[in-house]
Amino acid sequence: MTTNKQGTIEKIFVHQKEIIDEWLHEQFAALSARQDLISELDLRRQSTEFLALFTPACSTDNLTDITQSEWKPVLDFLGSVSRSRAIQGFSPSETATFVFSLKQPLFARLRQEVGADAVLLANELWNTTVLIDKLGLYTTEVYQKSREEIIKHQQAEMLELSTPVVKLWEGILAVPLIGTLDSVRTQVVMENLLQSIVDTGSSFAIVDITGVPTVDTMVAQHLLKTVSAAKLMGANCIISGIRPQIAESMVHLGLEFSDVVTKATLADALVYALRQMGFVINKPA
Amino acid sequence: MTIIKSEVLPLFTDDDLVKVRQAVRAWMIEQEFSLVTQTKMVTASSELGRNMVVYGGGGCARLECLNDFDRRGIRVIFEDQGPGIADISQALTDGFTTGDGLGLGLGLGGAKRLVNDFEIWSEPGHGTRVTITMWK
Repeated sequence: MTTNKQGTIEKIFVHQKEIIDEWLHEQFAALSARQDLISELDLRRQSTEFLALFTPACSTDNLTDITQSEWKPVLDFLGSVSRSRAIQGFSPSETATFVFSLKQPLFARLRQEVGADAVLLANELWNTTVLIDKLGLYTTEVYQKSREEIIKHQQAEMLELSTPVVKLWEGILAVPLIGTLDSVRTQVVMENLLQSIVDTGSSFAIVDITGVPTVDTMVAQHLLKTVSAAKLMGANCIISGIRPQIAESMVHLGLEFSDVVTKATLADALVYALRQMGFVINKPA
Repeated sequence: MTIIKSEVLPLFTDDDLVKVRQAVRAWMIEQEFSLVTQTKMVTASSELGRNMVVYGGGGCARLECLNDFDRRGIRVIFEDQGPGIADISQALTDGFTTGDGLGLGLGLGGAKRLVNDFEIWSEPGHGTRVTITMWK
């Protein structure tokens, strides 16, 4: 299989400039809709750099096992290209196109060089295809991994973002809850709230559930636990933002927040807390 | 009574449960159910789905859109191959829970009160199937 290999491949890369031009042409045809994400200059730079690493790796005897050390620079470079494209918002197939579109120019060159020898040509084409496929799959793998990292990062970020404790007044805190309340989020909310109660010395905590789409028994239980914990710390808890449809569903479920003060809106809860603290609210005449 | 369309969703994790809730809500909105009815059905689905995830070892939820003469309905069937329920009437009683006090014991009975039709089939060792329907 590898007889004459080195000779052929080396001959091909004499035409480096033509290969790059044809390759870029192929890439542009495939990425025509993505010119907003990557400029021609960047694409040319990446392609040139890749070929500069690809050529010496091809000149070694090893064209089959890309896990060997001679292929490491190529893989590292491909990995960085994949990662940057995953972040830029390319699709997996668009990312893999970078490598796969190299097939056409390489095959064309091979035909020119050894076209007369059908057996040799078939061999060379097969070897090149297998090699490019492996590199293409590698880019997809890296792409996938980068995407997973991005998702994990975003999840962690969302958990932080989604549970702010805000100070409404001296001694009054509010936690506006938005989205699904699962055990993990409840835990974060509870910790944040309890810590804020200690830090600010607040005596009132308002948990607002306007943004919680479904209140089932588990959500209710989580809320009650948060309220009980706040009570143990000496703070009065108010649950606000119970919408009419939620109230009706809760009644049918048989849920009771009997020893918790509940209010329809956050504004009502704030007024209630202020009055409890002895404030008198009036409009100057 | 005819089934206009149906869809089966897997239900093994909390994330699956979020998807089931969203699907039920979307179907209810499509059939123009009122906000209160939507919320009741979603809440009931959430209860039953959670029971399946926590006690039944997961299973699937089958959503169906029904047409019965001139009325429309949404039916959701929760089915698992879990341990089953030994005493159904006891399980429907408010305050009954086997989860060592994990839950409030209101889920099953509460779900029954939230919807128009409620059917439960269970065989210890074979699984549980709960069917809820909301008519418009």
